[in-house]
Amino acid sequence: MTLNRREFIKLMGGTAAVFGFSGVLLQGCKKAIQEAAERTPVIWLQAQSCSGCSVSLLNAIDPGIATVITEHISLNYHQTLMGGTGDAAIRVLEEAVKKQRKDFVLVVEGSIPVDSEEYCTIGMLNGKHVSALEWVRELGKNAKAILAFGTCAAYGGIPAAESRKTGKNPTGAKSLAEILPNASIINVPGCPPHPDWMIGTVLHYLLKGMPELDEYKRPKLFFGKTVHDQCEHLPDYKRGRFAKHWGDEGCLYLLGCLGMDSGCDIPKRKWLGGVNSCTGCGSGCIGCTEPVFPDYGQRGLYKHLTASLDEINSLEEPQIRAAVLNLRNGGSING
Amino acid sequence: MAKIYLDPITRIEGHLSIEVDVQNGKVVDAKSKGDMFRGFEKILQGRNPVDANQITQRICGVCPVSHGIASSKCLDAAFGIKANKNGRLLRNLVLGANFLQSHILHFYHLCALDFVDITAILNYKGSDAGLKAVQAWAKEELSLKKGRIDQITAVGPFLPRYEAKDAYIADADLNVAAIAHYLQALDIRTKAHKMVTVFGGRAPHLIGLVPGGLTQVPTKALIREYKKNLNDVEKFVNEIYIKDVIAVARAYSDYFKLGKYDNHLSYGVFESDDSGSSFMFQQGVLSGGKVDKLDTSLIREQVRYARYKSASDLHPLKGQTEPDPHKGGAYTWLKAPRYDGKPMEVGPLPRVAISYLSGNAAVKREVDAVLKEFNADISAVFSVLGRHAARAIESKLLCIQIREWLDELETGGAPRTPYEIPSTGEGEGLVEAPRGALGHWIVIEDKKIANYQCVVPTTWFCGPRDDRGNLGPVEQALIGTPIADPANPIEAARVVRSFDPCIACAVHIVEGDREITQFRVC
Repeated sequence: MTLNRREFIKLMGGTAAVFGFSGVLLQGCKKAIQEAAERTPVIWLQAQSCSGCSVSLLNAIDPGIATVITEHISLNYHQTLMGGTGDAAIRVLEEAVKKQRKDFVLVVEGSIPVDSEEYCTIGMLNGKHVSALEWVRELGKNAKAILAFGTCAAYGGIPAAESRKTGKNPTGAKSLAEILPNASIINVPGCPPHPDWMIGTVLHYLLKGMPELDEYKRPKLFFGKTVHDQCEHLPDYKRGRFAKHWGDEGCLYLLGCLGMDSGCDIPKRKWLGGVNSCTGCGSGCIGCTEPVFPDYGQRGLYKHLTASLDEINSLEEPQIRAAVLNLRNGGSING
Repeated sequence: MAKIYLDPITRIEGHLSIEVDVQNGKVVDAKSKGDMFRGFEKILQGRNPVDANQITQRICGVCPVSHGIASSKCLDAAFGIKANKNGRLLRNLVLGANFLQSHILHFYHLCALDFVDITAILNYKGSDAGLKAVQAWAKEELSLKKGRIDQITAVGPFLPRYEAKDAYIADADLNVAAIAHYLQALDIRTKAHKMVTVFGGRAPHLIGLVPGGLTQVPTKALIREYKKNLNDVEKFVNEIYIKDVIAVARAYSDYFKLGKYDNHLSYGVFESDDSGSSFMFQQGVLSGGKVDKLDTSLIREQVRYARYKSASDLHPLKGQTEPDPHKGGAYTWLKAPRYDGKPMEVGPLPRVAISYLSGNAAVKREVDAVLKEFNADISAVFSVLGRHAARAIESKLLCIQIREWLDELETGGAPRTPYEIPSTGEGEGLVEAPRGALGHWIVIEDKKIANYQCVVPTTWFCGPRDDRGNLGPVEQALIGTPIADPANPIEAARVVRSFDPCIACAVHIVEGDREITQFRVC
């Protein structure tokens, strides 16, 4: 594997100071890169996914995806990118299981349904469909590291959400940790995850070992601080300047931004190499890196906080409560 | 007769498999199978209608922009509002950028490996640094893994692959050029996603789409950033993409006769004014060589061969659908949508053909220019190669049109129309995804989603037989495809991939105890 120090540091977060990247890690970095001899195999399995994580991976800029595939890892299986079709593709998974390979990193994208094996099948063996559940269990037995990419694999995400009418999930969709309860899994949530988070976590594991994880098994490196703490609109918040409508200047809290509840560095890292961010475009955070996404209890993704007096009175911070009341008295509020 | 399974069909979005019967070297029967099911529409019930915009984008990571816009238009209708001019233009700009991203991804990263011999890089003798690095990598992979436990993964993910005789392009220079363009296209499609992100805040799943428009106020700086990327994408489309499609067509000209299909439908896309009924690519239904007006009340979904136990042949808005994973005779999670009783192909080919036959001068100019290269008439476009060419033509025209939309933007102006969520309401939102016609429908009760339904492109073309046994479009298009080597059925894969299937989109469930009784046809 080749990855120079500049690339590694950039991927992990720009500068050590901004992202709390430990000095020890930086000092050891160069040596580790020199010692890493061969590209580690990665088997990337898609279950109940939308392929959004994979598309986001393609948006990697520094390093780009071609560099990652030819220099950093050996991408053995990836349904969206691989040359093989049908048997020519499935042979790779079959051999990994049969030969009990233990040398690979298993990446899972998407939740895994358990109510019926028919809800997600990948390929055939001996004339029978093989379920995603079976592949995950078999490959999970021997993988040297297991990574859940995206909120669906990490926590269940949208496919595991319940119907609010029936209180049930349609397919019994589960997170990877629920399927492999005894495995040590690194979660890289996000809907989608930023490509740097995915590539950075893999490289961190390969070069420096297990990254430090938070209570939700996410690398602190990327998810350790809230959106709010790193937000472009933080000065607005501190001055009590709140947007009343989408498109207004100011902190987006009253429009339902979930940045205070969500661990993620997008306001600093931004999407697509710095082009824009969830908060920067004036929309706000929908909390997609959190285990409670997309439910947030009964709250949901969008909640205009100035909609009712009850809502306002339940706001804990006096500064915000006052600002919201002021807005409410100032005229009609739209979403 | 030999039965051949292509399971999984890789290099598409999602979980699709194909079963074909081959007799005397040709496909005589085909089954298209959607192998994954999530139940999105059930999950939407009881939620804030505005949440539908974000949740439905997660139906598909390749065409989330289309779902977001279908959902926005559906909510606009239910809320009784219309996007303002900036909102309409911004929607066109993010959707147009994602069309470019999706079309380039489809040709280079999803389909090219069915034509291009990737192993040609091993004999590369030129001096391009990028290609030399890829060559060194491939050689090292092969020598390092030879005889090892992981030998099969050498040069992964590009190998292993189907190895039928003469399957791939023989010309070494053409192969090497294509590999270089594959790499370049990775960068270009990322630039197209930068264009999406400039106004949408994030890609693939946009954060900035809301009812009435977008949240991002257009500024001069953002327009500059968008244009900078557009310039690179446009150069690639005009100087490389279109030429590569023509080169593949020259090398595989028999694919002008393969994968043919007759019935076509388009909802129309890229609103050209605030009326909501005038489009850059026209709306219509093409059957028997004649273009008719679209009437969405003629849509039905049939489930005899789909894994649902409920009634068949209902309008999607009245659909009662309950999953039955082990239903006898059923072989897919996709339903069979029919328009006026007929299966319909949707996608770039229907869009371009319907626009051409509706007198769209720009489309006619570009289509005729490509047809002239092959001395062919319009009938040649109804084929595997026609689908690839239609995407390239759309891309070229979009790059031109996008500049006009940018010029029309009012910088600093409101990006959307305000709204309030009504207690009750109904709405329909129709748009085109890169891979075809997409419709969302909503019923709101007590300010919450009572019912939400999507009818998506891949269900139209990858759906199964209908109740009368008529094959779905992909199934029908496969009939007659020659299969030279049953162990390596690459010809069938080429036909299927030409449609650009997206299976995550296509599989959904409708809990139909609330009918949508009336809706507006956009």
